[in-house]
Amino acid sequence: MTPLAVQALLQVANAQHELSTGHAIIASIIKLLIIFTVWMVTVALLTLAERRIAGWIQDRQGPNRVGPQGILQPAADGLKNLMKEETEPANAYMPIFRLAPAISFIPALIAWAVIPFAAPWPSPWGLVPMVLTDLPIGYLYILAVSSLGAYGLILAGWSSANKYALLGGLRASAQLISYEVALGMSVIPVLLLTGNVTLSSFVETQAAGGFNWNILNLTMGFFIFIVAAFAETNRLPFDMPEAESELIAGYHTEYSSMKFSMFMISEFAAMLTISSLMVTLFFGGWDIPFTSWDNVAPWSTAKTLATLAVFVLKTGFFIFTFMWVRWTLPRFRYDQLMALGWRVMIPLAMAYMVIIAVAVLVLDRVGLSAGPGQAMALFGLNLVLLVGMFFIFDRGRLISPAAARVSPSELARLRSVALRPPTTAEARD
Amino acid sequence: MAIGVKVLDRPIEQVSYVRAALSGLGQTFRHLVDPHKVTMQYPEERWDLSPRWRGTHRMLTTETGKAKCVACGLCPTVCPANCIKLVPGEDEEGNRYPLIFEIDEFRCIFCGYCQEVCPEEAIHVGRHYENSEYDRAGFVYDLQRLMEQTHPVCEMWDPADPRGE
Repeated sequence: MTPLAVQALLQVANAQHELSTGHAIIASIIKLLIIFTVWMVTVALLTLAERRIAGWIQDRQGPNRVGPQGILQPAADGLKNLMKEETEPANAYMPIFRLAPAISFIPALIAWAVIPFAAPWPSPWGLVPMVLTDLPIGYLYILAVSSLGAYGLILAGWSSANKYALLGGLRASAQLISYEVALGMSVIPVLLLTGNVTLSSFVETQAAGGFNWNILNLTMGFFIFIVAAFAETNRLPFDMPEAESELIAGYHTEYSSMKFSMFMISEFAAMLTISSLMVTLFFGGWDIPFTSWDNVAPWSTAKTLATLAVFVLKTGFFIFTFMWVRWTLPRFRYDQLMALGWRVMIPLAMAYMVIIAVAVLVLDRVGLSAGPGQAMALFGLNLVLLVGMFFIFDRGRLISPAAARVSPSELARLRSVALRPPTTAEARD
Repeated sequence: MAIGVKVLDRPIEQVSYVRAALSGLGQTFRHLVDPHKVTMQYPEERWDLSPRWRGTHRMLTTETGKAKCVACGLCPTVCPANCIKLVPGEDEEGNRYPLIFEIDEFRCIFCGYCQEVCPEEAIHVGRHYENSEYDRAGFVYDLQRLMEQTHPVCEMWDPADPRGE
């Protein structure tokens, strides 16, 4: 048995092994502080990014006055929100009214705890995994926590004692519940391919063999996931709970100053979380494509930094996509939203789940249980499904026009009306 | 009887949501990367004012630094907004000069009649519009303030040369 001092020296000499329990706790605390700080600053900067991208898309400049290129705008906004008077509606139910912003903010924040964001870093005390806590139930935890966010919106809407806020809250609950099903089910194929629910195992599987990202294996699943993700984060075209033109500001109508700001932060936080989740599930997490350099031992600081940069880049792209879509697509009608959720998304996610399960089983039987063969076969299958989806199914059925509410016989009658020349009475109109 | 609402069969390009959404994304992306932005960066860039722009007043002075005004009383008479206050005075040689000459820039409608009517070409409206004060009283410009203005003055419309050529 080696003396303790020698053991410690050996540990310093070889940084490629696990941390001891004490070191792991210290490392966790440090990671917690760093991640929280960086995360909050990122969320603040996202508010600026959104406004500048909105400006550029609309041929404007966006806010560029506070600091170089407006970089201090979030600080100015934060200061303003802290200074402002808080109004509290007379009939609001105060305990819940005050609690609701926190309930919507915290789930988005803590969901980030399980997302791996870089290759492990070899510290002098051992290998530090670059994830706050790699829970064995990783993905289930995210599903559970992100569902909690809906309570913040619903309770905010209900406790405000305002009809618009209540309507916003009701819409939020209906929307989040219906799209959560599709969101959860669209990820089941990923779990099938990985055979695990830990987020680090998703990254490992996708990193295997250089380039094995789920976007190729499960392209269709990614499309289902991204649409459900838009709905889950209440971003346009699914921002029903806010719907300025119909509901003033929806569930946060009665909120002012920092409480309102909390809702804004939680929206951006949810966006950040779901973007990094999308990267982890379908785009290989921190994996650098076409090379195995980054995901095999021996680990080094350079590898950690490079993978971190790649992860930030990928996540940033999806955040940009969120903003880009927001300033492009108009909001759905409420019935379209519900029809899309229940009549398209959920059946589609279920069917896809079954198809992938069968495909994986069949490929297993013919001896393609993993590797490039399986990836190619699944990609081919996805290509067929995508063509079917976008060229055959998407003919006025994906988003129903008003005409879809008319019965087919009535529609035929109306079409015949349109084809014959107008009667004198109609011509007069 | 039902109303004859026309329901037309549309070609597939027009009913596909995904394709419409993608082309919309392309459109917004082109605007995103388009370097031409319409916002004028105001304090750095400004509009070119027309030579006939009628803005803040200015009182021109003689070489000796005195106001050209002879207190004839034409401008308060012609002023439709009644914003000019003039109290005439006379020195020992019998020359008239304004004892008090005040223009309330808040009441002024910037019609330019004062400049047009002035026989001495003393009072002018100017090519200037950035006025701000901490109280309303600050917008009553006295003679001293009017003489201290340095902005270019308005070139009035000339009936003989209507297009300014």
